[in-house]
Amino acid sequence: MEIPYELIEKTILVVIVFTVSLLTAMYSTYGERKISAFFQDRIGPNRAGPFGLLQPLADGAKLIFKEEIIPISSNKFLFILGPSISMMTACLTSAVIPWGTYLEIGGRAVEMQVTDINIGILYVFAIVSIGVYGVMIGGWASNNKYSLMGALRASSQMISYEIAMGMSIVALIMTTGTMSLKEIVAQQAEGHWNIIYQPLGFFIFLICAFAELNRTPFDLPECEAELVGGYHTEYSSMKLGLYLFAEYVNMFVSSAVMSALYFGGYDIPFIEYLGLSSNVVAVLGFLFFFAKIVLFIFFFMWIRWTVPRFRYDQLMHLGWRILIPMAIINVILTGVFILFTK
Amino acid sequence: MDNILFYILSGISIGSALLVVLSKNPIYSVLSLIITFASISGHLLLLSAEFLAIVNLIVYAGAIMVLFLFVIMMLNLNETTEKNSNLISKLAATGAAGLLLISLVYIFKSYQVGQFSTQQLTEDFGSAHQLGKILFNEFLLPFEISSVLFLSAMIGAVMLGKKDLKQH
Repeated sequence: MEIPYELIEKTILVVIVFTVSLLTAMYSTYGERKISAFFQDRIGPNRAGPFGLLQPLADGAKLIFKEEIIPISSNKFLFILGPSISMMTACLTSAVIPWGTYLEIGGRAVEMQVTDINIGILYVFAIVSIGVYGVMIGGWASNNKYSLMGALRASSQMISYEIAMGMSIVALIMTTGTMSLKEIVAQQAEGHWNIIYQPLGFFIFLICAFAELNRTPFDLPECEAELVGGYHTEYSSMKLGLYLFAEYVNMFVSSAVMSALYFGGYDIPFIEYLGLSSNVVAVLGFLFFFAKIVLFIFFFMWIRWTVPRFRYDQLMHLGWRILIPMAIINVILTGVFILFTK
Repeated sequence: MDNILFYILSGISIGSALLVVLSKNPIYSVLSLIITFASISGHLLLLSAEFLAIVNLIVYAGAIMVLFLFVIMMLNLNETTEKNSNLISKLAATGAAGLLLISLVYIFKSYQVGQFSTQQLTEDFGSAHQLGKILFNEFLLPFEISSVLFLSAMIGAVMLGKKDLKQH
């Protein structure tokens, strides 16, 4: 019987990608607390393990063993469905991200990407737009006014910023001429990063990523001062944990998407002059890609602990009256540029 | 493999489509409709029309259904607030749906399995590249006209949404 190499490779890769994204998300929570402590001149978690490195495990154990309360007046099925959808959509996106070129193992070229579909960006976009339901269903099912307000805020914010995000991606697709993430990253080899061609597009994408992730300065859905806890007010134990954790997984994945789309993904400038073997280049490329992702995650946290929150009308004003026109202008400029250079 | 997937997807589509009509709670109706759209995207993927599948997911499941859910949540509709609709509207709805069924059956009656040869199709006939070429060459005029139609519909929606037209 022929051994199904392809299936085995992909299964292993899926497990690795899943583990890496969950581990990174786990240590992002630790990073967030350490960084916030640094910004506020505190020490941060330092009790569990050396430098508090076991803190995420302790937090996880605490969340699992806490008492779980499902409000009597809530809709039980949807109450459980909400955080599940959030977590599931957060983990789905990483399937199309190219983590590296390829590894040669026993004469076989093993792709470091779970699947290369020729509409990769649109797939990411579709999953992001499905992710809204997690927050919406959870907020509504709690049967609490604050939760409902938080859920409505979150979903209206997410669908508003999706438009500008889509427009910035349109401009990017116009310059690259392909929607496959693998080809987009491959085109950026040797330092031709898309950030050079699409600075405005990247800027819009970055702001929209903040809004899609519901992170400060766009964290109005869970704004404590007005809404108690927003859409997860009624949640406790691991269901709350899943909502919070999904945010960190999303942060990891969107950092990966941003580095892949605009910062060359696994590309290391000038690596071709060193004459290394392709396996070494692939591993180095993955590490470099990971470093870019970590930088972006740090950037997300840096902004969170520096900038105050928007007011809701300011948020909508920024989304509809500034970002969308800017994104459309960017599309037109890109079109004009392509028309006159080709 | 394709056949098994087809039967599973068809089961999901039909089951969730029935739930849209049969469930008492409008929230469940909307959620079942989302599942229906997702399974239809699956069908499109089986027909190797990836672009259509993803766009169907983005536009219908991701955008339009969110707005439906929005309205239902804001109005707080549920089983207790649902009024029993009167007999005339029930009869009218049944009649309209029946007419739609008759016309659909009439259209699809003439098609037979294997009537169209799949040999003429290239491997990437459902891709964004091919679709774009066809839309911007063969169907350029209808495509542009429909985009103007969308624009006017959008402006109309904004105008209707304004509370007092005289102030603006």
